[in-house]
Amino acid sequence: MSTRRTLQSAPDLLADLDAEAMDQGKLQTEEMLINMGPQHPSTHGVLRLVLRTDGEMVLETTPHIGYLHRCAEKIGESVAPYQYVPYTDRLDYLSAMNNNHAWSLTIEKLCGIQVPERASTIRIIMAELNRIASHLVSLGTYGLDMGAFTPFLYTFREREYILDLFEAVCGARLTYSYITPGGVTDDLTEDFVDRCRAFLDYFVPKPAEYNQLLSYNHIFIERTAGVGVISPRDAIAWGLTGTCLRATGVKWDLRKCLAYDIYDRFEFEVPVGLPEGGVMPVPPGMPPVVVPAGVVVGDSWTRYALRIVEMYWSAHIVRQALDRLPAGEYRAKVPRTLKLPEAEIYFEAENPRGQLGFYVVGNGTSIPSRVKVRGPCFNNLSIVSHVCRDCLLADIPAIVGSIDIVLGEVDR
Amino acid sequence: MMNRAPVDILRPRWNPAYFRRAQRGLALVTLALVAGAVVGRLIAGALFGGHPPALILLSVLPALGAMITLAGLAALTFWRPIARFLRRFAVVVFYAAVVGLVALVWVVALAIDRVDGLARAMPGGELTTDAIYHGLPAAIRFRVVSWLLWPLQFPIVRDLIALVGIVGFINLFAAYAIWWERKVAGRIQSRLGPMRVGGWHGWAQSPADGIKLLGKEDLIPAGADRVLFRLAPYLAFVPAVCGFVALPFGSGWVFRDLDVALVFVLALVDIEVLGVILGGWSSDNKWSLLGAMREACQLVAYEIPMGMALLVPVMMIGTLSLTRIGDAQQYGWHSWLAFQNPFAFVAMVAYFIASLASCKRAPFDLPEAESELVAGFMTEYSGFRWCVFFFAEYAAMFIVSALCVTLFLGAWYSPLPASWGTGLANGGLAARAIHGVLFSGPLWFVAKSLFLIFMQMWLRWTLPRIRIDQVLYACVQVLLPLTMLVVLGQTLWQLLVTPGSAVAVIANVLCSLAGAVLLGGFYVLMAHGLLHRRRLVGALAVDHLPGA
Repeated sequence: MSTRRTLQSAPDLLADLDAEAMDQGKLQTEEMLINMGPQHPSTHGVLRLVLRTDGEMVLETTPHIGYLHRCAEKIGESVAPYQYVPYTDRLDYLSAMNNNHAWSLTIEKLCGIQVPERASTIRIIMAELNRIASHLVSLGTYGLDMGAFTPFLYTFREREYILDLFEAVCGARLTYSYITPGGVTDDLTEDFVDRCRAFLDYFVPKPAEYNQLLSYNHIFIERTAGVGVISPRDAIAWGLTGTCLRATGVKWDLRKCLAYDIYDRFEFEVPVGLPEGGVMPVPPGMPPVVVPAGVVVGDSWTRYALRIVEMYWSAHIVRQALDRLPAGEYRAKVPRTLKLPEAEIYFEAENPRGQLGFYVVGNGTSIPSRVKVRGPCFNNLSIVSHVCRDCLLADIPAIVGSIDIVLGEVDR
Repeated sequence: MMNRAPVDILRPRWNPAYFRRAQRGLALVTLALVAGAVVGRLIAGALFGGHPPALILLSVLPALGAMITLAGLAALTFWRPIARFLRRFAVVVFYAAVVGLVALVWVVALAIDRVDGLARAMPGGELTTDAIYHGLPAAIRFRVVSWLLWPLQFPIVRDLIALVGIVGFINLFAAYAIWWERKVAGRIQSRLGPMRVGGWHGWAQSPADGIKLLGKEDLIPAGADRVLFRLAPYLAFVPAVCGFVALPFGSGWVFRDLDVALVFVLALVDIEVLGVILGGWSSDNKWSLLGAMREACQLVAYEIPMGMALLVPVMMIGTLSLTRIGDAQQYGWHSWLAFQNPFAFVAMVAYFIASLASCKRAPFDLPEAESELVAGFMTEYSGFRWCVFFFAEYAAMFIVSALCVTLFLGAWYSPLPASWGTGLANGGLAARAIHGVLFSGPLWFVAKSLFLIFMQMWLRWTLPRIRIDQVLYACVQVLLPLTMLVVLGQTLWQLLVTPGSAVAVIANVLCSLAGAVLLGGFYVLMAHGLLHRRRLVGALAVDHLPGA
């Protein structure tokens, strides 16, 4: 292996190809720079990774982002909070409900709006359903990254039913704008509760199929166990949140720690990464998830498996919320033009991919003077250059896929 | 509820003017050909004394051409009722086409047999058309038939026909294996797969895709090695075709019965790898290069265990000739080589795994790993050349499966002992047809190979991909020692266990039973899948929530 070079000296690599050594028949190997993306099947969007490789070995990975930048924050500073709701849909477009939720909670906190309990419960149902939908996409595409096509279709089959439910309440299947400051835009349909229960009954046995097909597949475990291991220290240092943080064994979930909205009224556990042989906590009546041999705390398999367990808990929360869904208003009485006080606020909510934070500065008008988004994917992605070093090329999709990024939020 | 686009939008619009022009053209060509056939008959009679080549060239060929253009004219004129018929009875047409193709091949084989019989009865010199005419059964005693049969007595004509048959088989097989694989994948993934083109389960999807691919822009990257880039797909495809040359489809159904057929086929399968490596290298694309390197790496890894596993049947029979190895397995299920002793059985499994790696099928599809290398060595290929790579891959799939069938799974013999069918084999046409279905023949050979190909597809749509270091580990550190042990075990078995002794018989019976249980398990699974499918399709038809 030749000496390490920085990325900047890439042209030199060719220039100083030692022609003489070649003539003498000495075998010379050379490092190669490869552009993975922005158009690549497994970068989950327009992420561009520059890989410095030596054959199949990846020595260094540098993520380049910004191909999907749409001035999301600047737009927030030119429109009223209600008008910004559709823009939050497009941050992490796989969990639009959660984005709406976080934004609405921020504005409500800034303006001191009290939300009716029915509205809060509906929001939690939506947020948790969307967490399931988002994790389903994540699991399926992770299967694709590993070369297993079939689980992808299975997870999308289930997700379709969730999208049907969302379509019933708000008419949209991806960008919902359903949760707005003050409540939700419309009440649940009459048959929603029954349909949602039917969905839960249908859905709960399904993850066992993914376990059979993918999670406990020997090849899959070989590919992911011990790959891309992140230590708790690194995870906190790089600002990782969500599943990526919990996979390292840190028990940190804002739904529990901050208990925002009305999450304190629901029973649920926060699963964290466990060493091999550990049993992840699941709701009563669901099959246990046992960590197979070879798995290390904080590796790709743990990140993947935590999503399955979290889907179980989300389904459990939805069931509780359906049981205690109170009657009443689905929205608070809020003026159409919301005057923001001269104050600043920072609020974070637990999204499927980590903590989504909004920093908003009000100035007495209806348009905030500053909006800052703290995207979980952006921070989670930052550790890629740290983890994807001295690994095999095939490990790159395994690691990036398990970190589960959505470029809409990374680039904003 | 979903709004479906009006079907008219999905149909191409035909310009009626083109139709009329094509009809007129075809009618003129037909007339010209008919006239040519009549005039040609006269000329051949007058100038060449009715010599068969002249008759065939000047009269029979134009007549055949006229039939084809007439069929085209009819298709153009009555395309509406024909399309309606095809849509409504597509399933019948599809299976009729399959049976028809088999029948066509059989008729050609019978014709060659007949000519051979006549030649034997009338030794010395070439057969005349008159001799053939008088040797024909009364039902088909026509002059035209004798003219058509006359060339069959020359080896070169037979070789040409066999080659056309082989290439046709590869193309048809590849096209329909792609369609089949997509249907299989669809079923496994709880969807339907191609459903539109052709009406019945998208049966015309592959031809349509082929036409689309032919029409695509033919791209060669600016930095590519143009000669090698163009050459590579054919370097992959041609060896695959050549491999079929030594592959016996049945007793007597082999193009060239080589003494070293096994080595010949293996060597050709490996040359295919050269095409892949050159394609990847010449593309001037780093992903392609990595794909090519992976292929080279994989070749080194799987090749040795594959060869070792194949040594076992060779040791048993003591020959490299595929026909002789095949003939040794004619005594029924228990005589299949895989069931002779435990070592042979393990050798078959090892060979099957290595063969997955050899045709780049999942979980060994690293050279074209989509999620890692975009499309690996095929990244820069498009259109026809891409298509050729695909055909090469499917042809290689058939060859490795056929090798497995020939060497381990009774070749072209059915599980019934061939001796039971001797009476049928020497009987009339119907008896021989029944013999072909029940006892031995190309149908069994193809069916068994297709079964193994189905296994490959099943694995592909179930398993994730393994990593390159794991490929090396699996092949070099697991399969290689395993196959070495198997070869050693087989050697000892042959030295220590006398054929017919109690140990040999018990091992044979146990292995045969194990094979039967495995196959039975497969059928149980298949039945379960069929039952499950009905429920699945029913659930898909309702585009709402369960219970809602």
